[in-house]
Amino acid sequence: MAVASTDTAIRTGNATRVLLYLVLLLFALFYLLPFGIMVLNSLKPLSEITGGNMMALPEVWTLDAWRNAWSQAQIGVEPTGLQPYFWNSIKMVVPAVAISTVLGALNGYILTKWRFRGDTILFGLMLFSCFIPFQIVLIPMARILGITGLAGSTAGLVLVHVVYGIGFSTLYFRNYYAVFPTELVRAAQIDGAGFFRIFWRIMLPSSGPITVVCVIWQFTNIWNDFLFGASFADFDSQPMTVALNNLVNSSTGVKEYNVHFAGAIYAALPTLLVYIVAGRYFVRGLMSGSVKG
Amino acid sequence: MSFLKIENVTKSYGAVEVLHQVDIDVEEGEFLVLVGPSGCGKSTLLNMIAGLEEISSGEMSIKGQVMNGVHPSKRNIAMVFQSYALYPNMTVAQNITFGLEMHNVPKPERDAAMNKVADMLQITQLLSRKPGQLSGGQRQRVAMGRALVRNPDVFLFDEPLSNLDAKLRVDMRTEIKKLHQRLGTTIVYVTHDQIEAMTLSTRIAVMNGGYIQQLGTPKEIYDNPANIFVASFMGSPSMNLLAATLRSDGARTAVEITDWEGKPVVLPLMEAITDVSRKDGDRVILGIRPEALTDPDGADRNARNVVTVSNRIDVTEPAGSDTFVTTVLAGGDVVGRMRADAAVVPGQTCDFAVNMDKAVLFDPETEMRIR
Ligand SMILES: Nc1ncnc2c1ncn2[C@@H]1O[C@H](COP(=O)(O)OP(=O)(O)O)[C@@H](O)[C@H]1O
Ligand SMILES: [Mg+2]
Repeated sequence: MAVASTDTAIRTGNATRVLLYLVLLLFALFYLLPFGIMVLNSLKPLSEITGGNMMALPEVWTLDAWRNAWSQAQIGVEPTGLQPYFWNSIKMVVPAVAISTVLGALNGYILTKWRFRGDTILFGLMLFSCFIPFQIVLIPMARILGITGLAGSTAGLVLVHVVYGIGFSTLYFRNYYAVFPTELVRAAQIDGAGFFRIFWRIMLPSSGPITVVCVIWQFTNIWNDFLFGASFADFDSQPMTVALNNLVNSSTGVKEYNVHFAGAIYAALPTLLVYIVAGRYFVRGLMSGSVKG
Repeated sequence: MSFLKIENVTKSYGAVEVLHQVDIDVEEGEFLVLVGPSGCGKSTLLNMIAGLEEISSGEMSIKGQVMNGVHPSKRNIAMVFQSYALYPNMTVAQNITFGLEMHNVPKPERDAAMNKVADMLQITQLLSRKPGQLSGGQRQRVAMGRALVRNPDVFLFDEPLSNLDAKLRVDMRTEIKKLHQRLGTTIVYVTHDQIEAMTLSTRIAVMNGGYIQQLGTPKEIYDNPANIFVASFMGSPSMNLLAATLRSDGARTAVEITDWEGKPVVLPLMEAITDVSRKDGDRVILGIRPEALTDPDGADRNARNVVTVSNRIDVTEPAGSDTFVTTVLAGGDVVGRMRADAAVVPGQTCDFAVNMDKAVLFDPETEMRIR
């Protein structure tokens, strides 16, 4: 008689299992290798990199490159390091993520619980915006930023990213709220809660998983964006990605690889952090839309 | 002036009319049950009373005030949903007081009202829990608590018991009835379960296909169904419907059916039919409830017109309190309800006492009652 198993995984033999782990380990190493090399070389003096082996461990361990990349390196014409641009990025990402997420949640709420004539068409159009390549909107967007007087400012970048972001955030929240029981909204209406009260008191508090998904997605995309930053930012509003490019391409004198490596790690750090903190909710949230809890 | 008045109300979705010309007057303190098969428009009608669905045409008023277009929260109604619709992010206490909070009732009053209701429904020990930590029956109580605390003019229930298991359903049914007797609040209650309708209501509206088929007390609906739909929907096992021929000699009226062998059996009717267009030889449908087709010793002693028919028994189904027997009359299976210890054996012939007091006739074409 077969023993009932609660395990949903496919059962495999021990030998297969060992092999499986070996392969997975190999892949993990393969993916970690570039990052490892970046870290190692960022901790060496430049002479060790230019003079010898990139793969070797540092003979002298030093944080000079990190300090240099943060506050001294030549970015463009100013020797400011990446620091101001890091804050530029933060000032751009935080409002852009917050606004696009809240707008996405509101859109999802309206599209599922306050349906109106033509709502599916509207949703279709918003979905469509997810597939428009960045390059196409560059010129019209530049024009709009010019007209609104937001060109070259952080606020302008926030606007661009919010506009581009609500397509995805609406998609996430709409699908999540589609399976959210409408009777709850009706009960709240009878209880006397209005449009926004229902949203704040009932919908949003139940939207934890999908909010995490949306925030991670928006954060990663907006933080990593280069094209909009390079196209629409001024000198004093340039985001981290553009500054990193300028750092690496500063053609005065020697290429300070250790500084470049450290700078690249600075640029990757926030997204890494977001994944580590909220990553486990990510899969859960992605699943919860499709599989009814 | 009725308490809740529904006048010529219709509902259309686009070009499709799903509710046709509904007229119902509900008196204060009544327990009206809307019953009918799935998709007949019960929830739609209830939602229109609640204000959750717009009224396409017609008028709805509560306490003499027209409610068309009035927001649900301004109608002083409370509703219990089939899924209970408890707010998952709030505790039981917050669920119960949310409506009061939205109506700006001060906190001390809210808490007092909540405690009173929690006491009445015996859910005081659950107040700090979240809905996810409750059993089905407990959720049901909380949902009722949320409705009760508002002290509404009208309670609306949409299939509140259909998510419970059979035993709990019967218990909660009794509780709801007790609650109604204690509070005396007007209730409109939707169900597809005819037993719930019979046991709970002071009046029943039987619905089908967006039409009110009949509106009346449980007894009227059960004993005097207006048409074949109502007759067969209400009652379990449902009413037997037999093809019959009208026999009339002017003074007395009877119907003729065939027994299991195909021999004619004449069943005299209690009263002559008032409809003069019906004449001897007309085809009619005879409706007899299972309990009016029983063993001679079990026949209703107050019945004035009992006819005994000998017929062969095909199947017996002992149900503990009664034994249901299947036999063939008028060319089809009919079900009789006998005493539990009636001596009946499948394959043998036995006497059936047919209580013609309770017999009803229908027109085979229009399916309407012949009186
Ligand atoms: N939003 C809607 N759009 C179109 N038709 C609907 C809508 N809601 C309900 N209906 C139709 O109205 C009829 C009555 O539905 P409902 O009142 O929910 O029935 P029930 O008696 O089972 O509660 C059904 O035929 C249903 O298909
Ligand atoms: Mg329904």
